[in-house]
Amino acid sequence: MNVAPMSLRRRLVLQLLGIAAVLAILLYLTVRTVANSAAEATQDGVLGAATLAIAERLQGGETGVSLDLPYEAFSILGSISDDRIFYRVDANGETLTGYADLPMPFDPEAAVEPAFYSATFRGAAVRIAATSRTVLVNRQPLLVSVAVAQTRQGQEAIAQRTANLAAAIGLGVFAFAAMLSMLTAGSVLGPINRLAEAVGRRGPHDLRAVDHPSPQELRPLVSSLNGFIARLRGALSRTETFIAEAAHHIRTPLATVRTRAEIALRTSETDAARETLRAVIRAVEESSRSATQLLDHATVVYRSDRLADGPVDLAKLLHGLTRFYGPTAELRDLTLTLSGADGPVMVQGDQLLVESALRNLIDNAIKYSPPEGEIELGLEPRGDRVAIMVKDRGRGLGGRKSSDLTRRFARGDNVGDVVGSGLGLTIVEEVADIHGGAFELTERKGGGTCAELLLPLR
Amino acid sequence: MRRTAIALAVIMLTLRPAAAFVTEEEAFFPAAGAEAKTVSVLSTTDTDVLRPAIEAFQAVHPDTAVRYVVASSQEVYAALADDRAAFDLVISSAMDLQMKLANDGFAATYTSPQTSRLPAWARWRDQVFAFAQESVVLIASRRGFKGLVIPQTRRDLTELLRDHPDVFRGRIGTYDPRASGAGYLFATQEARQSDSFWRLAEVAGSLSPRLYSSSLDMISDLKSGRLALAYNVLGSYAGPRLESDADGVVVEFADFTLTLLRTGFIPADAINPEAGGAFLDFLLSTRGQALIRDRAGLPPIDEAALSSRPHLRPIRLDAGLLVYLDRLKRKAFLEEWSSAMSQD
Repeated sequence: MNVAPMSLRRRLVLQLLGIAAVLAILLYLTVRTVANSAAEATQDGVLGAATLAIAERLQGGETGVSLDLPYEAFSILGSISDDRIFYRVDANGETLTGYADLPMPFDPEAAVEPAFYSATFRGAAVRIAATSRTVLVNRQPLLVSVAVAQTRQGQEAIAQRTANLAAAIGLGVFAFAAMLSMLTAGSVLGPINRLAEAVGRRGPHDLRAVDHPSPQELRPLVSSLNGFIARLRGALSRTETFIAEAAHHIRTPLATVRTRAEIALRTSETDAARETLRAVIRAVEESSRSATQLLDHATVVYRSDRLADGPVDLAKLLHGLTRFYGPTAELRDLTLTLSGADGPVMVQGDQLLVESALRNLIDNAIKYSPPEGEIELGLEPRGDRVAIMVKDRGRGLGGRKSSDLTRRFARGDNVGDVVGSGLGLTIVEEVADIHGGAFELTERKGGGTCAELLLPLR
Repeated sequence: MRRTAIALAVIMLTLRPAAAFVTEEEAFFPAAGAEAKTVSVLSTTDTDVLRPAIEAFQAVHPDTAVRYVVASSQEVYAALADDRAAFDLVISSAMDLQMKLANDGFAATYTSPQTSRLPAWARWRDQVFAFAQESVVLIASRRGFKGLVIPQTRRDLTELLRDHPDVFRGRIGTYDPRASGAGYLFATQEARQSDSFWRLAEVAGSLSPRLYSSSLDMISDLKSGRLALAYNVLGSYAGPRLESDADGVVVEFADFTLTLLRTGFIPADAINPEAGGAFLDFLLSTRGQALIRDRAGLPPIDEAALSSRPHLRPIRLDAGLLVYLDRLKRKAFLEEWSSAMSQD
């Protein structure tokens, strides 16, 4: 039941072709019929004229009927085509001259107009015109009938030629109509195709309204599509707002809890209580980080629709981040170095998002590095892109692939006791995508991870 | 090629009792190679005229024997129409009778590259094909004219006869259309083309003309001095016979000169129509036409000759030819002709 409906183009072309075929056949039949009857009328006209011309040469007299057969009548009959000609002149039931076995109408009457009929004579189909004249022989009226027959070769030749011509016209009309129907189908379906293309070209996060110019018939579709997009955007935005709100509302009380816990730590007297309070503080810290990342992620997704597009100096950014994370690293006896950032390195993008991605990478490196390790930050041009590298000597990827770890809420198997949300790398990956860049995690020789974010140079 | 001539059998006034029509001579040309088929030709043209063409044909078709039967045009017509005699090709100079036979369904349709090359006026319905065009001429004797200017038109001739009856009385020869089919065809076609025919007939009729049924007789009587002029003689016969004669003059009238088409067709009842077609094709081929011109003395079909000599008027090969074969028409025409010719 779920058969794909026939393509619009094919449906349109087939229907137009069907109409064209019907019209071409009608045209063929019409041309043939009209031409055939015209040919027959012409032949009959000439045949009738010849018959009358012969009848006019009939003369009565004292001795009998005489006939001076007109040469031109026969010659003209033969001139249309080389048709065979037969004739018969009867008086008083006796054949005066001509072919005595030529079929004659039963009851010849004196008439001005000749009678036409078809017959077979000597193995050939003939058309016969017959007429009669009354002549005076010995002062007595005598009815003389004249019949002239002609084979129909000429008429058949004309009919054949006409049929060929009609067929050619029919085919020509059909071919022309077929061509036109292709063009018509193309021009009718063009706006639909263009609209489909315009919608298809959009990026995965592009939720702008479709403002492609469309014909009237497509407007309901476009407006429903736009309504749908608007609802989707609304829902998305509400979700992100909700997350952001939620993260905010979680962080604020957490800060309070942390402050209180620290005060309690300072004033507590037993070791057991102090230990418990430290654990509380650490858990609160991690919860706060997760809330921050959720907020970051929501920001990335939200901002991907409306990027603050501008020049970003990666060197300056990395210098800033090195200074910012320096104290944190020192707390864990980690060395933070930066290379390749002597001059400005410019990319096009959203400074806030790029910074968010880099924060996550550095944060991860610090989190997973053993004490007294070294974290190397570096910038390295790669053709028309620049690689931002964050290398650590941590526990590596544990055999997982880079693409596995960048999924939302996915975490490595070897994270152990390190607290994390599984959102950090997802944010990095999304920032890379938005900027037309790439992100990859690789295992370092001698242990540790190399995170590499590629962004196109400005 | 002498060997075919040796094999030639001439039978005067045929001995075969089966045929009701009368033949004048019958010749048999055996095949050069192994004999596979025989083509039977019924013709009004003398064997000697077409002998070179027949022998050349057999050189190309060594497996074909040729039976060549000569008869008068009336007998040729009777052979087909009444006896339904079996021939593979019928050749005749009587265009009207050929047309009548074809019109009445005795001719088969035949097409070949050779027949398609023929101009439209030289064929009818792909059934009747012309292979020679012969002018109908006046022949005159300079001695017989006694220094008078030889006329170039019918009007000149009529005036000449009217002005000098003493010179021409009893010394004019022409066909008797009552006895000769060719004479009847020439007379009727001329009467159809121009009224000058009847004026000429009236003037000639007052000068006790001699009537003939053969062109050859008129030519020999002119050469012997019995005739001063002969009217409506076949140019193909007169030309070669008067060529060497300083006295004889051949005149193609400038007002118009009838041109007869010698035609052939393959009968519908032919036993061996392919062989008949092959012989016809040979007659129409470039080589056949050259032989007809050079060895038979018959002018080949030549459209260019007609346009360069516009006075030549080919007798139209069409249904009009049937008209004068009509019984009443013939009777009326001959009555009128007789009354014009016999005024004294």
